[in-house]
Amino acid sequence: MTFSLDQVKLGDKVDAEISRIVAWLTETVRGTLRRRGAVLGLSGGIDSSVVAALCVRAFGKDGVLGLFMNEGESADDTVRLARVVSDHLGIATATEDISGVLDAAGCYRRRDDAIRTVVPAYLADWKCKLVLPSVLESDRYRIYSIVVQSPAGEQVVARLSPAAYLEIVAATSFKQRTRKMLEYFHADRLVYAVAGTPNLLEYDQGFFVKNGDGAADVKPIAHLYKTQVYELAAALGIPDEIRARPPTTDTYSLPQSQEEFYFSLPYDRMDACLYARAHAVPAAEAAAVLGLAPDQIERVYRDIDAKRAAARYLHAPPITLR
Amino acid sequence: MSENEIKTRLREFVAKNFYLPDPKALTDQTSFLDQGIIDSTGVLELVTFVENEYGIAVADDDMVPANFDSIDALAGFVAKKRS
Repeated sequence: MTFSLDQVKLGDKVDAEISRIVAWLTETVRGTLRRRGAVLGLSGGIDSSVVAALCVRAFGKDGVLGLFMNEGESADDTVRLARVVSDHLGIATATEDISGVLDAAGCYRRRDDAIRTVVPAYLADWKCKLVLPSVLESDRYRIYSIVVQSPAGEQVVARLSPAAYLEIVAATSFKQRTRKMLEYFHADRLVYAVAGTPNLLEYDQGFFVKNGDGAADVKPIAHLYKTQVYELAAALGIPDEIRARPPTTDTYSLPQSQEEFYFSLPYDRMDACLYARAHAVPAAEAAAVLGLAPDQIERVYRDIDAKRAAARYLHAPPITLR
Repeated sequence: MSENEIKTRLREFVAKNFYLPDPKALTDQTSFLDQGIIDSTGVLELVTFVENEYGIAVADDDMVPANFDSIDALAGFVAKKRS
């Protein structure tokens, strides 16, 4: 079959897919796991909004708890948009400001100390983010640089040492792990399951923190391309404001798109490349459909393979001797 | 320092810092990425190592597989930078 962008879409199968997921959620959570409902973090993004709506269909609005878990560096509209979703679905919510836990664990201090090893002028009131070079423009390795910005708006870009890079990521991962700890607190007290919210791009490419947002009892959309998650969102009646919001990481203090942090292309083209790679579509054929050069697609394919290889450790459960 | 000495030192660094199931199978032409020996964080470690060990500056545009993906490529890159 000739490769086309439509192959990534569910099209008229959306409603059937929703029914399939809802039946699976009900059977898995209530039957296999013997839990009474689901808890999940709400970010105001498309993925958590769709998972919340699916959980409402499976467990009823009285069987779902949505958590708002902002911290000092969260985007301004995170909680507001998350509340738009919870109000729309009519589910119970709880607010957990995780800034205090993160501060006590040294999340910010450890990260900032690591940043200062490469940018000595960096202070606690500066903002930062990690960025990757574009995979489309050159053969350069996908190695992170740090961008810092002073309160006056002056930006500095610096290459990270291996130690600084690893420490910044390790410290920042306190955010995802703290959120998961609170999700399990509420899950335990309510006898609920924790619903994870990764889509296929994130799940396949390892765009999650091990034992952080990577931890969950069920992952109802981990088999769906992001394009398909948007199709579900429309069918489930997720508010327009959520569906129109560009995907963001909301992990670093400077605004950061998912493309510059992890993926090499906007999500719809990344979906298409992942599909093409999985179905052995020749680079030249994918390039023609996506409006890119074949060597650019080859680089995206190599990046996909490299990330998938790195994700094996993230997916690995604890290994025991038999 | 000859290119052979550089290769020996690089080989020691790779063998010490990355997992090689069979160190003898690492030829001077073995692709680190294709063989899964070194990921992008590992490349960053290689960059830092050659900068510190040989007193060279690696520019962002130098960080490409043509310069870093095998013992041969790395030794050639270091020799070129030192000359």
